[in-house]
Formats: sequence, C-alpha cells, structure tokens
Amino acid sequence: MDIPRTWRLRDQRYLLQGNQCEECGELYFPKVFICHKCRCRSLKDYQFSGRGTVYSYSTVYQAAPNFDAFVPYIVALIDLKEGPRVTAQLSDISPGEVEIGMPVEMVVRKISEDGERGVINYGYKFRPPIPLEE
Amino acid sequence: MKMNMKPSRPIGIVGYGAYVPRYRVAAAEISRVWRQGQDTGALPVKQKSLPGADEDTITMSIEAGKNALMRADIDPALIRSVWAGSESHPYAVKPTSTVVAQALSIAPYTTAADFEFACKAGTEAMQAALGFVGSSMADYSLAIAMDTAQGRPGDALEYTAAAGGAAFIIGPAANSVAILEGSISYATDTPDFFRRSYQKYPEHGNRFTGEPAYFLHISNAVRTLLEDLELKPSDFAMAVFHQPNTKFPQKVAKQLGFTPEQIKEGLLSPFIGNTYAGASPLGFSAALDAAKPGDRLLLASFGSGAGSDALSFVVTDRIEEVRFAAPTTRSYIDREVLVDYATYARWRNKIKHH
Amino acid sequence: MRQVAIIGLGQTPVREHWEKGIRELAANAVLDALEDAGLHRVEALYVGNMLSGLLAGQENLGALIAETAGMAGIEAIKVEAACGSAAASFRQALLAVASGAVDSAVAVGVEKLTEMSGTATTAGLATAADSDYEASMGLSFVAINALLMQRYMYEFGYSKADFAPFAVNAHDNAKYNINAMFRYSVSMEQYTNAKVICDPINLLDSSPIADGAAAVVVVPLEHVGRYPGQAVLIEACEIGTDTISLDNRENPLQLKGVQRSAQKALKTSGKSHKDINIFEAHDAFSIMSALSLEASGFVEFGHGLKWAAKMNIGPGGDLPMSTFGGLKGRGHPVGATGLYQIVEGATQIRGTAPSEIQVPDARCAMMQNIGGSGANVTTTILGKL
Repeated sequence: MDIPRTWRLRDQRYLLQGNQCEECGELYFPKVFICHKCRCRSLKDYQFSGRGTVYSYSTVYQAAPNFDAFVPYIVALIDLKEGPRVTAQLSDISPGEVEIGMPVEMVVRKISEDGERGVINYGYKFRPPIPLEE
Repeated sequence: MKMNMKPSRPIGIVGYGAYVPRYRVAAAEISRVWRQGQDTGALPVKQKSLPGADEDTITMSIEAGKNALMRADIDPALIRSVWAGSESHPYAVKPTSTVVAQALSIAPYTTAADFEFACKAGTEAMQAALGFVGSSMADYSLAIAMDTAQGRPGDALEYTAAAGGAAFIIGPAANSVAILEGSISYATDTPDFFRRSYQKYPEHGNRFTGEPAYFLHISNAVRTLLEDLELKPSDFAMAVFHQPNTKFPQKVAKQLGFTPEQIKEGLLSPFIGNTYAGASPLGFSAALDAAKPGDRLLLASFGSGAGSDALSFVVTDRIEEVRFAAPTTRSYIDREVLVDYATYARWRNKIKHH
Repeated sequence: MRQVAIIGLGQTPVREHWEKGIRELAANAVLDALEDAGLHRVEALYVGNMLSGLLAGQENLGALIAETAGMAGIEAIKVEAACGSAAASFRQALLAVASGAVDSAVAVGVEKLTEMSGTATTAGLATAADSDYEASMGLSFVAINALLMQRYMYEFGYSKADFAPFAVNAHDNAKYNINAMFRYSVSMEQYTNAKVICDPINLLDSSPIADGAAAVVVVPLEHVGRYPGQAVLIEACEIGTDTISLDNRENPLQLKGVQRSAQKALKTSGKSHKDINIFEAHDAFSIMSALSLEASGFVEFGHGLKWAAKMNIGPGGDLPMSTFGGLKGRGHPVGATGLYQIVEGATQIRGTAPSEIQVPDARCAMMQNIGGSGANVTTTILGKL
C-alpha cells in the first residue's frame, strides 16, 4: 500500500505537472530539485500541455502483480511538445496501430490497483488525439 | 401551487463536455452467448459502449470535466462544487469528486460529493449545482453525470448497461451557452430497480420498470414543468429523455406530444446503450452540440427508486463560440471499436483471474 | 594506491537452485575462491546483491555471508547497484586493498531469483528502474530494453535478424561452460522464430532469470608470491553513471554511463581498444550488446550490428564476446553477474578456459556490468602479469 506516494505525486500524475527553472527557463518533467542546466535551486511548478509524439514503444505481456489485470498493454516514451520526454502507457490503441512519431495527447486513466482492497492509482497515459471539429 | 423551481438570479450552463469510451459490444454478440441468437430480431439497442480496462467513472468524469472547462473557458479555481452523480463510483467510500476536483485543478476550495439516484444521479447533481449557483453561494459549480453500468450476465439489462456521460459547469447567465428557465423534480418510493449494498449486479422488476416507474415519473415531471412555464411541446427545438433502450424515450416523447424529429439529436441509446446516470445528460450534450441560438431544450431524466428531473433551457449566442472548443459528443460516439463477449467479460471483471 | 591482483576464483553453476538458499550459494562461491587462492580467511568481504530483501526477505548480507563462510567477525557489507551490484562490490574490494586499509578481501556476487513467483520477480527487477516514473507506470525491465531496441531499429534501419549474432555466439560458447545454464547452440532460424516477449525483444534476445554466486579473492600485487593461487592483474575497475530513467537522457541510445565507465577504465589502465582481447558485455538483452559496443568505443554509434554481423565476436575473432556464454547463455543471476564476468575474464587470462572457448593469447580482458538501463556501469580491465 504506497498511499503516501499516490498522494504525493497526484498533481504530477493527474496534471502532468513538472517544473521550470526561474533562472534559465529550462522545463522539467518529472520535477527536479536543482536545474540541471544552470544549477539554480529556484524552480516553479509548470503544467505541460499533454501534447506530444511517440519516441518509442513496446507491449508488456508479463507485468508486476498490480498491473496484471491490464496486460497486454503498450508502454512508450513520449516527446512532449514543450521538450521533456516522458515514460507512460498508451491507451485507446491496439499494438498494430502504434508508430514512432505519431501524435498523442495526455489523458488520465487507471494506472494500477493495489489489489481488490487497496488504493486505485490514476495518472497520465497518452492516446491518439480526438480531433476538434471546425 | 407552482411546483417549478427557479433560481433567484439568472443562471445557466457555461460549459459542457461529453465522454464515451471507444469500445462497443454488439447486442447480437451478447445474444449469441446467452440465447444463441434467439432474440436477435428484437434487441433493445444495436450495441453498447464499454469502458477500456483502464477506465472507470473517475477517469471518464475527468475527461468530460476537462471538455466542459474548455468550453467554459474559466479559471477552474473559481468552481465551488464538484458533484458527481453515478451508480458506479469506483470506491464505496471515498468520493469520485475529490479525484476529479484534483485532476481538474479545482481543488482545494470546493465542496465535493458523490450523488446516487440510479439513472438520475447526474441530473440530481445538476439540480444541486443550479441551486448552489442560483442562490449566489457560488459563481460556478461542476455537475457530472457518468456511469460504467453493469448488467448481470445473461440478464435483459446486460444488452444495454453501458458507459459514458457528460459534465456541466453551471454559472451566471451572462456567460452561459444555455440559460435555465426552470426545473421540476418528481420523486416517489417506487422500487422498480435497485442494487443492495455489496451486490455486484442490480435487480429489477421487469415490466414494473415501465408504466409505474419510467413513464409515470417522466410524464408527471415534464407535464408539470410545461404547465408552470406555460409552454407546449412545440415550443422546444429539441427534447432529451432518459434512454434505457431505444423504445422507451420514443414512446414517452410521443405520449407527451413531442415529435421524432425533436428527440432525434439527443437519442443516443441505439448506438451506445443505456449509460445510466450519464444517459439523458449525454443526450443533452449532443443536443447542445447541434443547437442554434434561441433554441429551447428540454432535459428529462429518470432514475429508478424512482424520480424524474425535468429542466428547460434556452440556448444563447455563445453556443457558436464554444461548440467546437472541445470534442463533440458525436466525435466520441463515432470512434467505435467492437470487441467480442470474452474481451468485454474480462474487462468488466466478469471473469475472475485472481 | 597499491596495485591489486586477483588470486582466487570461485563460482557455482548458474541454475535454478531450488535446493540452495542465498547463504549457501554465496558461501560455496566464497569458499571455492578462498581454496583456489590458498587462504582460509580474508580481512573484508563485499557482497554484491540486488534483490535479497525483496525476494528472500533477507538484508544484512555482509554479516550473514561472512558467518556462513566461516569468517564471522570480519568487516562485511552488501553493495547494491541493481544488476551491476557484483562488479560494484568488486570495486569496493579493490579500493579496500589498494588503499592499504586491508591486505585481503573477497568480493562475492550472489542472487536467488527463483525464490518467488514470476510476477514478484518481474516486480523486483523493475526496481532497477525509476520507481516513481517508470516502474509505477507499468514498465517492466524488459519493456525498458524493448523501448531502446525499437528505437534503435527505427533510427538505423536494422531488422530483427540483424541482432542474431549475439545470441548465436553466446549459446555456441555456453555449450562449453559447465557452469552455464543453456549449454546448447541456437540457429539463426531459431532466433528469428523465437517467441516475442516484449516487442521487438524475443526470448532469444533475453538472458534467463537464474540463481548463482561468483567470488574472487584480491590481495596487493606485492603479496601475490605468498599465495599459491595464480594471479591476474587488475588493470582498472571504474564506475560511471547516467540518469536512472531513459526519458531523462538526451539520446537514450547513447549509453553515457557505459561511455564514462569505459573511458575511465581505459585511461586508468593506460590501454587502448586495440589492446583489449576480450569484451564481456552486459548482454542481458541483445540490444545492450550493440549499445555497449558502441558506447564503449569499439565501434561507431549505430554500427554495432553491422560489425557483429561479420561474426568477429567468436573466441578466435577480432573481439571475442560472451566467451563463457555471456548473460544470455551462462545465465543472469542479476546481482552475481558482474563477478561471473570477472571470474570468466580472469580464467581467460590464466589460460585455463576449456580449449573450445579459450581465447588464444588472451592478455587483456574488459568486463562490463550494468545496473539498470545503463544507469550504473562498472568496467573492469584485467591483464596478464
């Protein structure tokens, strides 16, 4: 039961909240505690748009117990529009449909469940964007 | 005595958003498994929507809420309530609404609560939000109607129990897309359908769910609303009724004097089934997607147990600005991916694997 | 700092050791190494291990293994660097002796991965990754390597079959290693038809989960004459790190931890790539062989597979790799692996490897042990005295 972690990381997981160096403007996800570019320790929260492209992907068939109910699922590295790269699952897509470079958008989904009695972990996943009409 | 409930200031819907998962299971597929196709000619819907393995009422509420925020175009921190109506809250104890409030940057200065009233938990949350904003206790209030309904395998309701819903941000009339004219709530103790604590699937009274429940409550709520507002069916551009199947909303519309044309836009059950608390609000979001400024819209829900909320709105010019600011109801309904019964049974936890 | 040499080698076969616990495996390897060196006791013991706490419910391995090996009372600690734990413990032993703090030390790597169910082991191995941002998003350790392989194939246009030489060579060599887990050859065809476990990674790209322990005894070079064990010189043993998660690396295909550790080791030893006769890469997955060859500077970035395709990685080739089967053929008892590599490299330099896999005139061997997806890398260079 890692309840404190679920709680501690909720804004990062629900909102894709990273941070930005107040000195040089560098953006980070996940949050850093010192700017890796200029070593400034003053950083402010920054919410990413959730838009990005697939850098790489694979499919998980054998997972840790908390993820058992979801296999097979697709994992990926996503290049966010703003720069940082994020590790996440893809959703609403079948393995055959994924391609490197395809655009994706962030959604909040169930990531894992701590058994039948424990906490449900929600967080960012990415899916092919639902286009807006004009 | 007027039954009509009106706010003490002009208010309305400032933002709305839909969500329907992309998966569908065909009613004929369910029939194949449980009845070898015996009733294929008389299925209540064509297919029903199905949440993916990683979706539940919380995740779906977050997306519908995001869409509502995109259309409302307000600072989420101005919202003073997150009220989520559903019969499928992921936790028995722990609000759906706090997760949604956190994920939409509405937390922490907000009330948050979950509503339950079978299929009208969503409009119940809307009524509460209308009262909250209408009384000036809050400027903005978020009401969500969302479900991932479950039918007992092989039961008649398994054909229709579906997933989806909508979210509405209630606020001042000045920036509304649809202004409230008035509403009626009508409720009696009628046990037509229920689920006891700790039971996974609901029980229902078969044909008892019709006349004394669905038809009686909706008819009384809508008739009273029309009388109080001195309106007649032809004054409405569109009407949306709770839609547990394809037939009921068509029949109640006809009884009340609404034409098939008036209910067409908001009648989604043939394509996605009965999304329970989400059903009539989702139909209403589809109606808003298609509405023109000046259109009058009727929303009439039904919840077992039993009751009906009937609400009348008039659409404003602002609809044209926000209609496409978020994905339309149709864009969710159109992205359908059919799955077989085995996949559906696995995702909906009808097969135990540990 | 004093120069240090290895004078004793010990290892258990890499197997599913159902009948042996972690203490017995470790004690066997330590006692074999002491016997090989001709010593009864050392002053310090460094235990490389990754998962004893999670899978066996046992930490405090230093005291446990010292006691089990009959040396209760000596300085003894566990060193952890995920799959790179063993070589990291070897560096601690080296530093202890080189500094003059002690005159003899043992480094033992031990792991028991078969103690729990497959999913528990999968979860355990994933602790090598970033727990908040990789493992808790559902990434298994295999998946992380699959992300690298997928991208590598995409960027350089390689096909699946191009990776075959690593597995084929590893299995060919493992056949002659009595301690190896898989003592049989695999064909090119078997490789390309193997079951996909995490696309594009298939079963024959992956090293097997296994149990085992390997140990070495180290003493100052100036003392080697006092002991009967055949000495091998430690030319260098250097650690380089990188970000723990792939997503924080500018180019995940360039293993900076490998590069840093290899460059440091070459500098410390004064050797160049041409001097290296043997390269024992951390071939937990085929993609790691390719990326390690490149990041270590043996071949240009993106050329690892073209180079391997020429099949110059066999025992008689330009740069023999996985000479005892590597992680792929010998097996990968994660926290023990680095010391298996060092024991094998030392055996090659001694010239006592089975004739089929003995590298002719082996004078200088490089062993690379990686913890995580390139996050913590120890490169060791051994030389002939």
